[in-house]
Amino acid sequence: MPTKHLLKIEDLHHSFGEEEVLKGISFSLDKGETKVIVGPSGTGKSTILNNIIRLVPPKKGKIYLEDTEITTTKKINQIRQQIGFVFQDFGLFNHLTAKGNVMIGLTKVKKMNKKEAEDLAMLELERVGLKEYADSYPSQLSGGQKQRVGIARALAMQPKLILFDEPTSSLDPELTGEVLKVMRNLAEEGMTMLVVTHEMGFARSVADELIFMEAGNIVEQGNPEKLFTDPDHKRTKEFLFQLTDLYGEGEN
Amino acid sequence: MLDILLEYYPLFLRGLGVTVFVTVISCFSGTVLGTFLALGKIYGNKLVSGLVRSFISIIRGTPLLVQLFIIYYGLPAYGIRLTPITAAVISFIINSGAYQAEYLRGSIQSISGSQLKAAQSIGMTKWQGIRHIVLPQALRRVIPSWTNEFIYMIKYSSLAYVIGARELMTEGKLIASRNYQFFNVYLVVALIYLIVIIAFVYLFNRIEKKVTIP
Amino acid sequence: MTNLELITEALPYLLEGTLVTIQLTFWSLLIGVVVGLPIAFAQVYGGKILQGIVAVYERLARSIPLLVMLLLINYGLPRLGLRIPIFRAAVIGIGLRSAAYQSQIYRGAIQSVAGSQMKAARSLGMSKLKAFFYIIAPQAIRIAIPPVTNESAIVLKDTSLAFTIGVVELLRQGEYFIATSNEPMVIYLTIAAIYFILTTAVNGMLSLFEKKYQIPGIGIKGGHSDAY
Repeated sequence: MPTKHLLKIEDLHHSFGEEEVLKGISFSLDKGETKVIVGPSGTGKSTILNNIIRLVPPKKGKIYLEDTEITTTKKINQIRQQIGFVFQDFGLFNHLTAKGNVMIGLTKVKKMNKKEAEDLAMLELERVGLKEYADSYPSQLSGGQKQRVGIARALAMQPKLILFDEPTSSLDPELTGEVLKVMRNLAEEGMTMLVVTHEMGFARSVADELIFMEAGNIVEQGNPEKLFTDPDHKRTKEFLFQLTDLYGEGEN
Repeated sequence: MLDILLEYYPLFLRGLGVTVFVTVISCFSGTVLGTFLALGKIYGNKLVSGLVRSFISIIRGTPLLVQLFIIYYGLPAYGIRLTPITAAVISFIINSGAYQAEYLRGSIQSISGSQLKAAQSIGMTKWQGIRHIVLPQALRRVIPSWTNEFIYMIKYSSLAYVIGARELMTEGKLIASRNYQFFNVYLVVALIYLIVIIAFVYLFNRIEKKVTIP
Repeated sequence: MTNLELITEALPYLLEGTLVTIQLTFWSLLIGVVVGLPIAFAQVYGGKILQGIVAVYERLARSIPLLVMLLLINYGLPRLGLRIPIFRAAVIGIGLRSAAYQSQIYRGAIQSVAGSQMKAARSLGMSKLKAFFYIIAPQAIRIAIPPVTNESAIVLKDTSLAFTIGVVELLRQGEYFIATSNEPMVIYLTIAAIYFILTTAVNGMLSLFEKKYQIPGIGIKGGHSDAY
């Protein structure tokens, strides 16, 4: 039975100068799925995400959002409204409060009226557990709080899927928990998510599929439990065990 | 325009020499004055630091031209008559000293703290620490601001023209009052400043690269 | 005649000159903004040719002493057939010089914000224009306020050079009065005091601005304009 994929990536290539970082990546994402990409640093994992919303246009390959090819479309701004993006460095707008950050996409891009936008913003802030911080500025928030605002901002746009670019890498260890909890809840609520991360516990327990990348290629992809306990490739085993050692298996 | 340059170049050169001379003396002396002022402001007691602060504030809050006039036209009433060049150099030193004091203050304060504590921990007195540890680093760190100040001085030394000191601008004016080609002569003067400053900027960039500590 | 009486007598004339000084400052700063902003945009968003032209302008405006610029304008414009009042000539000279320095300030402010903020804005689907208006500009303005205040004080002091091309601003008024009264020091010190009050007022406005538009986390304290 043919299923329409929500996101489809076909033979994605990208290079920075002489160096090729993506050597033909292909995979797809269906509605409601959560897929996690792991791999050694610098293997181009973040580049895939940047290619999808074309903050960095890919050198070769095709990307489809449902039926639309978005690699070369002119309506990229519209497409970006449908794909949420959570940055490693939070990307919050420093001159706006938490509420302001969540609202601005709604008022200026989606052209909502202010009251509706405000209600929706407060809803999303409550969803990530930050209702009381609505009027705080980014500089007054902790890293974990900032990242949750970033997630709320992406959610408010009511996207079809959300891309997470190493969302907890900039956080102190004690703060990653609150962000991962929000992400886990989203996954359980049925949000379609593509996550690049080193958080093995999250990957193992939340992901529907794990994608292991190295040196610009997908080495192995499949059921997370399988990849952790009985992978096909030796390299997969080495890497995952190494990472589990470093980052731990579970969340508190 | 070129003919003016060719015909009068000895005069231009002499004026340029005076300009550079005035700038060099004022800038280096300004550093010495600035260092004393900065140290006074940071490490001095309340009275000293308050006096220094007021002094710096006043000099930075009033135009250089006014300061120049005060020294050249104002002092004679008290029996002090200076030649235009001397008056110019003195007021430039005072002015530059005040500005450099601020650059130095920032530079010293960006180093002071733990470096001074470390110096004292090996037995140095506070003043030894300042002299041997803090100042050398502060002086290096302040080089970009210093070269800035130098370039600024080259340009503002032109003010000495107003009191008749025979630097580049005045030479230009004298030439122009002979051949009445004011615009062309001043254009040549502008060109000379341009070339000289570009040369110094290039020179300073090279020096800065060599002197900076990673 | 005591010093106090002398000052009291001179004050009306000096205040007349002060008014001219303030006007010179205002108009020069305005030209600085009107010319400086587009230049900053050209430097941040412009193509190579535009950047090249702008670079030349900057180099010229920062390497030629203001005094020379004023004299060139004063003697040069009549040759082009333009006879403009010396007040305007002064404003053009001081203003164009300030524009070069202000463009550096604005460029720095924009660039210090641009980077990741632009990416985040675009990730929401904003066009570059919208992103600039709603995200970059508000922050850049706040960052630019301290150095612009500094530049304003510099322009204020530079207006004293208008004296040399005959504008009757504060310093020249002082000179006229000294010529008749022959007590230079007292008058000069009074003039210096007036300038000091003016520059203090300008810097004081910074504190007011900062308090009113303060956003925790944005803004750089203090700042020096570069000479070159």
